[in-house]
Amino acid sequence: MSAEGPANASEYIIHHLTNLTAGEGFWTFHLDTLFFSFTLGALALCMFRIAAKNATSGVPGKLQNFVELLVDFVDTQVKDSFHGRSELIAPLALTIFVWVFLMNFMDLIPVDLLPLVAGWGGVHNLRVVPTTDLNLTFAMSITVFLLMIFYSIKIKGAVGFAKELLFHPFGKWMLPVNLLLKVVEEFAKPISLALRLFGNLYAGELIFILIALLPWWAQFTLGLPWAIFHILVITLQAFIFMMLTIVYLSMAHEDQ
Amino acid sequence: MNINATLLGQMITFGLFIWFTMKFVWPLLIDAMAERESKIADGLAAAERGHHEKELAEERAKKLLHETKDKARDIIAQSQKRADEIVDAAKDEARSEGERLKIAARAEIDQEITQAKESLRKEVVSIALVGAEQVLLREVDAAAHEEALSKLVEQF
Repeated sequence: MSAEGPANASEYIIHHLTNLTAGEGFWTFHLDTLFFSFTLGALALCMFRIAAKNATSGVPGKLQNFVELLVDFVDTQVKDSFHGRSELIAPLALTIFVWVFLMNFMDLIPVDLLPLVAGWGGVHNLRVVPTTDLNLTFAMSITVFLLMIFYSIKIKGAVGFAKELLFHPFGKWMLPVNLLLKVVEEFAKPISLALRLFGNLYAGELIFILIALLPWWAQFTLGLPWAIFHILVITLQAFIFMMLTIVYLSMAHEDQ
Repeated sequence: MNINATLLGQMITFGLFIWFTMKFVWPLLIDAMAERESKIADGLAAAERGHHEKELAEERAKKLLHETKDKARDIIAQSQKRADEIVDAAKDEARSEGERLKIAARAEIDQEITQAKESLRKEVVSIALVGAEQVLLREVDAAAHEEALSKLVEQF
């Protein structure tokens, strides 16, 4: 329970699900989401940058070895599902996998720990898992979506892309239906991408919060299995987000 | 749970991260890995080549050894033959030399026998003469029987 001691369980839960905000209306910023996502991403990229700078084709060090393991893993996935040539897809996939994994990983930090520390500093609302914020998951999926559109037009040309929108799958006599289907199909991609990640992590976080409502001596009975299971979930979700991004972008690269 | 400007902030952050990875992380690592891969491949190929060369050299050495053995055998056989020939020749020479020596010795012996016979005859004659002289001193004079005695000597 946090330092102030909320009156009851539902208040405790709501407290945990409230962002630290700044601004009004649309121009509201979730400072906690922005801060944690940026910090985690920057940390990961710094590590990668150090490994890349000292990269040698000789015997690799421990850091390089670890980073290469990730790079190789991502590269294999990209090569398996994407058959064109692209400077972007593999780095994009690596960024997504590592970043999403780290943000998901915040879920495994005890739910009250960071809010408690923040409370000492006078910050009373704090959500530490950025992937439980729809803004973040949608930001990522919309970026991927824009890249899909960009590459579709770049590879097939504006005309080719328009043709794909209008004449598939039923030929030119069913043009409106084609357009409608295609639009739904395309929009379903970023939405499902964002909601899948959000839903999984939000649910996970909520369960951790519920477990935290148990008496302290009983928490481990549920907390431990759920945390262990969650190690799988966070990795899997990061992997799925990465895989689907690769698949969507390779679809955008292919002429139909 | 509402969508707000955080979305835009996150998109910018995400875009920057992608750009950073694409420019400063991915190419360096993938290049280093590709280079190491080719190095390892080269090393393996070199090892394979070395192995192959070793096999060839072994083959060559075996062949050479074989040839040398044959040659040595030939040389030994030749020298044996030559030695036999020399021994045979020496034997022949020795035999003929022996033969020659034997002949010479026999001739010498023959000669000595003849000499001995001659001297023996002379001695017998003189002894006979002395004997006869002793006998005849009493009965006949020497002159009368001289003729008969020399006839006797010639008969020996």
